Amino acid sequence: MHDSTVAAAHGNAHGHNPALLHHFATEEQQRNSASLGMWIFLATEVMFFGGLFCAYLIYRRWYFDDFAAASKSINATLGATNTAVLICSSLTVVLAIWAAQTSRRALLIGSLVLTMLFGLTFLGIKGIEYKDKFEEHHVPGASFSFDRVPIPGHADQFANPRHAQIFFALYFVMTGLHALHMIIGLGLFTWLLMMAWKGRFTPEYHTPLEMGGLYWHFVDIVWIYLFPLLYLIDRHP
Amino acid sequence: MSDHTKSSPLKMYFSVWAALLVGTFITYKAAFIELGRFNAGVALIIATVKALLVALFFMHLKGASEKLLKMVVISTVFFLFILLVLSMADYGTRAWH
Repeated sequence: MHDSTVAAAHGNAHGHNPALLHHFATEEQQRNSASLGMWIFLATEVMFFGGLFCAYLIYRRWYFDDFAAASKSINATLGATNTAVLICSSLTVVLAIWAAQTSRRALLIGSLVLTMLFGLTFLGIKGIEYKDKFEEHHVPGASFSFDRVPIPGHADQFANPRHAQIFFALYFVMTGLHALHMIIGLGLFTWLLMMAWKGRFTPEYHTPLEMGGLYWHFVDIVWIYLFPLLYLIDRHP
Repeated sequence: MSDHTKSSPLKMYFSVWAALLVGTFITYKAAFIELGRFNAGVALIIATVKALLVALFFMHLKGASEKLLKMVVISTVFFLFILLVLSMADYGTRAWH
């Protein structure tokens, strides 16, 4: 409230856009600052996921056959469907930003709702996958079981359950952290939807939408790599 | 922030979306074809093309004028490269005697 009164007074005194905070010289500088800060945050996220990808690559190289056998037990069709769902949600995010830039309120609200529906669909499909893994005792821990599972391409050899367990540990940590990012994204988009509903976004000011969009696209990119690395190690018969 | 928002970017958004879906379909189908060691290569090349499409067109890196922003993005990729390539140069070659 204090901020808005200051901004309003500032705006009235100098004829500025009320969305321009007093410590920025121009609207472009304000937008660039937000964008730079968001990209620096995404850089820390890249390094955060990068460590997990590095661990994955090392173990995959050491225990390739066991990883291939474990990977084959995951439902690749569900994984591919989820990839398509996330790609559609990224499209609705750019449509939402375009709608704000061109003052299309119905399209803006509709795109945000669709984005969240796609996000929820993704999490639902993820839940089905996790349920299958629990039922098959593929969750690392005391009840883990991966006995007599043949190695792809070597029907007479069985995967080492200890090595397969490492694959599933990486699978649950990487997809679990990704799903946590999706849940946080849904929270962000709930807030964006409320702001959009109140008419806070204009062609001049819709920075929160653009920053939320950057986050959502980043989470999409992480999945674009997770899908082939976890689901498609060695699928051919 | 960018000039291309003045003309309608919708065609570009839908083209990128279609390309991403086609890339996903090819990745999925190619995984079931026997390509030997190239299976992983094909999957990762398509994934990288898809990631670049998202970053350049959906995240608007193409047309970004701010040099500081470019520096952040390039150094992110550079440090990820150090993390993955130097680690694999060690672990990947330990079996060589």
